[in-house]
This record gives sequence, structure tokens and C-alpha cells, in this order.
Amino acid sequence: MTEATAQGRYSVIRSTRASRGGAVAGILLLLILAAAPWWADRATMRLLVEIFYILALAQMWNLLAGYAGLVSVGQQAFVGLGGYMLFALAIFTPVGAAWSIPLAGLIGAVVSLPVAFLVFRLRGHYFAIGTWVVAEVFLLGFAQIQTLGGGSGISLPVSVVRDIASSRSGRDAVIYLVALAVVICIIAIVYGLLRSRHGLALTAIRDSEEASASLGVDNFRAKLMIYIFVAFGTTAIGALIFLTKLRISPAAAFDINWTTTVIFIVVIGGIGTIEGPIIGTLIYFLLREPLAQFGTWYLILLGLVAVVIMLKAPQGIWGLVAERWDLRFFPVQRRLRFEPPD
Amino acid sequence: MIEWVNSILQGVLTGGLYALFATGLAIIFGVMRLVNITHGDFIVLAAFVALVVVEGTGVGPFVSLIAVIPIMAVFGYVLQRGVLNPTLGPDLLPPLLVTFGLSIVVQNLLLEVFSADSQRLKIGAFETLSINLTENLAVGVFPLIIFVTAVVLIFAIQLVFNRTSLGRAFRATSDDPVTAQLMGIDHSHVYGLAMALALVLVAIAGVFLGVRTNFDPSVGPSRLLFAFEAVIMGGLGSLWGTLAGGIILGVAQNIGAKIDPGFQILAGHIAFLVVLAIRPNGLFPRTRDD
Repeated sequence: MTEATAQGRYSVIRSTRASRGGAVAGILLLLILAAAPWWADRATMRLLVEIFYILALAQMWNLLAGYAGLVSVGQQAFVGLGGYMLFALAIFTPVGAAWSIPLAGLIGAVVSLPVAFLVFRLRGHYFAIGTWVVAEVFLLGFAQIQTLGGGSGISLPVSVVRDIASSRSGRDAVIYLVALAVVICIIAIVYGLLRSRHGLALTAIRDSEEASASLGVDNFRAKLMIYIFVAFGTTAIGALIFLTKLRISPAAAFDINWTTTVIFIVVIGGIGTIEGPIIGTLIYFLLREPLAQFGTWYLILLGLVAVVIMLKAPQGIWGLVAERWDLRFFPVQRRLRFEPPD
Repeated sequence: MIEWVNSILQGVLTGGLYALFATGLAIIFGVMRLVNITHGDFIVLAAFVALVVVEGTGVGPFVSLIAVIPIMAVFGYVLQRGVLNPTLGPDLLPPLLVTFGLSIVVQNLLLEVFSADSQRLKIGAFETLSINLTENLAVGVFPLIIFVTAVVLIFAIQLVFNRTSLGRAFRATSDDPVTAQLMGIDHSHVYGLAMALALVLVAIAGVFLGVRTNFDPSVGPSRLLFAFEAVIMGGLGSLWGTLAGGIILGVAQNIGAKIDPGFQILAGHIAFLVVLAIRPNGLFPRTRDD
């Protein structure tokens, strides 16, 4: 895109050196990860699956809170809904476990409409707590459904598990590849969305709601679309999570910790960037391995770090890095380059 | 029939406790547009502070308030000036995420210090004392005291807001902090005082909670949700509305529990969602939320 004027030539730059180098490194990394069933042991693959779904959840929450300004602390409503939809579809319909994941996502998107009708009436901070109430309603509601195990929960029937693959290592490989596919799809869609004109509108909303409205962005509509899309993604991820767990109960499905973990990850990594949740997820798992034995102290530490970051460096770790070295692996912005005439 | 009347009556009295939970939240939001996600955990914290005072000195839970109220008030003032004031601004994200992080920290610190065991503040036989209204209808003396205390406190806070210079400073800062500052009101200090006042109510609510039910470090978030529902159902800016919201919540929960014990909390949430769908500004709104 180049425009020549009497003063010189303008061109719009949409990639950076880091993004081109990063793309090559990223593809190599993906190939290595995709080959994990051939080189990794069972424990490593399980850990990677967990990293994938937490990262995917973090990207979804970041899109919602970091770009659309919709700070929800009730996303566990959709995680749990996804888990239960996987179980319901697998038990009561002939749809296989793998197809249940996108189908659960669609159900989540449909359910998010009446939820949005209610919670969008609450502004700012009250929106956050309203979403939490909805998640509690889901928890208490699913605990009443006896065919799905009521309050004590239900296991995935053996026949459904066998359908995924006949051997245990085969199942591990299938679940691993599905998890990898889900996280890649989520990041690719978020990246594509943010580079599109909708992304431009979202970035404008993030920076100033008044200014974006004055430039013709329909803030309400943009936020609603993001809310529905994030519900789709989060519900699909929820289905994936409970496919790896093989058992579900209301308390595990609608646990606030799904959201707490993701909020800490996004805040520490850097809210409002695609790289931030990736960095945050890596830090979360790197610290968790040695610190998990301290249990509550690990949570206290994470909480304090999140508070300090919000107070002292609200742009998070990636925000500081990107600012200092002008590094962007997922460039979503447009830059204008100006060359004066020779 | 009389059982239903009884359920509703008990619900109204429970509503008094919920209104106490909610009033602190409403004051903070009213003065500085901050929603404190740690509110429920502070109620539980106050109950634990009372427990320490009671076990350390041997006084009863009500006498322990002499210590619990100033401790919570000073804690609130320091927290507001040291941590929360720097988060206030046009961006909604920092205060929300900071109080969310604090909530996790408070819950886990309480868990570390006091364990997950359920605790209770004991007031002896007084706890079960009741007055017979008719042959089949009785009200507990203690729930009645909570309800009357809630009404008296809301009345007193209305007086503070409407009649005192402190209340004028609260209202002025709420309307326009910049102009209030030009008139010589230090808004950081005023916000600190508002949080201290809110935590005085939290201290009282915490002790009542601890006497009325078992508590442990994990029950804070559900108290936050009850407080929030009472505030929204009542309508922003109206403390009497908040009392009405608390009563509606208490009655809905008691009626739900009468139908099926599993419906108790769910019925309260559903009442809230119905009010939100029909009257998004609450039943008795006084300020517009924008």
C-alpha cells in the first residue's frame, strides 16, 4: 500500500522484522510440538496439553478484557458449560468426542446471547460481578440436573473413551493433537481478527470509548460480537479440558479458578497484546512446577505479583519488553512510513 | 400457610444482614465509583479478627467490636490511601484487577493462618432465644437485633451523608472530585474516610455473620455476591433501596429453601436476574450509573 504525494511517498507497514523472524521460528516450534507424540513421554504431553488449554483460555479472556474492555470474572460459566456439553453430546448423541468440541462452542455462543442481554445492563465494575452471578447460577443449575450426575458429577462412559482411540497411547496422541489444534486456531483467529478492520475498531475502543464512538465505531455492537465469539471459544476450550479429565462435577466445571488463573496470567504477561498471555502462561507454568508444593503461598505470591504489576506496570511484562525494544511478534498495528522525495 | 408466612418473615430478617453486607459496598461505589471485589473477604476477615479478640481476651463477640471496628477502619483507610487510590482513574481495569488480586491474597492468607476449618462466634443461650408472635410463629431475638441494627445504621449513615460536613465532602467528591479539590477537599483523604466508614460496617456485619452462621476462609465471595445483588436490586444511590434489595434477596432465598434446600441460593440469584431483566436500574434508583 503506497501513496505518492508531492512531499514524498507514504507506505503502510504491517509486519516487523521480529514478526518475520518470529514466523519462521514459530513454524519450526509448531512442527516440533506437532511431533510430540513421537518424542515426548506421557507426563510431558499431559503438561503440554494443560499449557495449551490454559493459553487458549488466556487468549480468550485477553480479547474480552484487554480489547473489548469487558472484564468478566465469570468465564468459568462457559468453561463448565463446554465440559457439560461434551458429556451430554457424547452420552446422548452419536456425535464423537472430537466433533463435540466445536459443537459445544456453538451452543456456548447461543447461550451467551441471553446472558449478554442480562449482564450488558451492568456497567463497568458491576458487569464483572454480574458475570460471576451468572456462573454461580450455571453451577447451581447443573447441580440440579440428575441425568448429568447432579451435584456429585459423572464420568465419561468407557465406550465413548474407546471411540477416541483403542489404545491409551493412541488416545493421548489424539487428545494432544486436538489440544494443539485448538490453541493454534484460537491464536490464529484472534490475530486475524485484530489485524482486520474489526481489530482496528477494538483497539480504538480499548484506547478510548468516546473517541472510537465519535469516529463511527458502534461500540455496543463490537463488544457484543466479541462477547459472543469469546463465549464460543471458551465453551469449546471447556469441552477440550473435560475431554482430558474424563470426569466432571459442577464444582470442578464452574470453578472460579479457571478465571482467576487466566486473569493472573494475562495481567502478569501483559494485557491487550497477543504475546502477553503467551509470556504469562510460560511464567505461570515455570513457577508452578517448583512452587506448587507451597500451595496457598503460591497463590498469595501470584496475587501479590498481579497487584504490584497492576499498580506499577499495568502494561505487564510484555508491555515493558515491547516498549523498550520495540519488539512485536504479532504486529496488529499499522505503521506509516514516510520517505521524502529524492 | 403459616409456614410460608414464617419463611417470608425469616427471609426479611436475613435481609437485614444482607443489607449490612451491601451498605459498605454501596458507600464505596457511591463515593468513588469503585467496586471492591475483596468486600466479601473483608467481612470474613472481620469475623476472624473478632475470633482472635474473643479467644485472646475472653470477651463476648459484641464487646469485641470495640477492638474490631477501629482495626478494620484503620486498615480500610491505609489500604485506600496506599493501594487503591493510585488505581482510580478513567481506566476501569486497575481497581478491578487489584481488588480481585487482593481477594485471592486475603482468602489464602486466612486459609494459611486459620486453616479451612469452619468457625463460629458463640454468644451462648442468647443465640437461640426467640419471641413467640403466635402459637406457630416465632422470631429469633438475635436475627431481630441484626435487622434493627441494619435499619438504625442505614438511618445514621443517611444522616451523616445529608447533615454533616463529612457527608457534604463525600457527596461533593462523588459528584466531581476535581471541583471538590478546588474547594479545598482532599479527595485522597475523603476516599480513605469512605473506605474506613465502609469497613466499620463490614466489621459489624462480620461479627453478626460469625454469630449467625459457621464461616471459613472460602465464604467471602458468596457474601460479595449477596451484597452486590442487594445493591443492584435496590437501585444505585439509595441506601433504603439497598435495604429493600437485601430483604428481597433474603425472602427469595428462604422461599427457595422451603421448596427444595438445593434451591436456596439459586432462588436468590434468579430473583436478582429477574429484577435485572425487568428493572435494570433497580427498584428505587436515585443516581444514574454512568
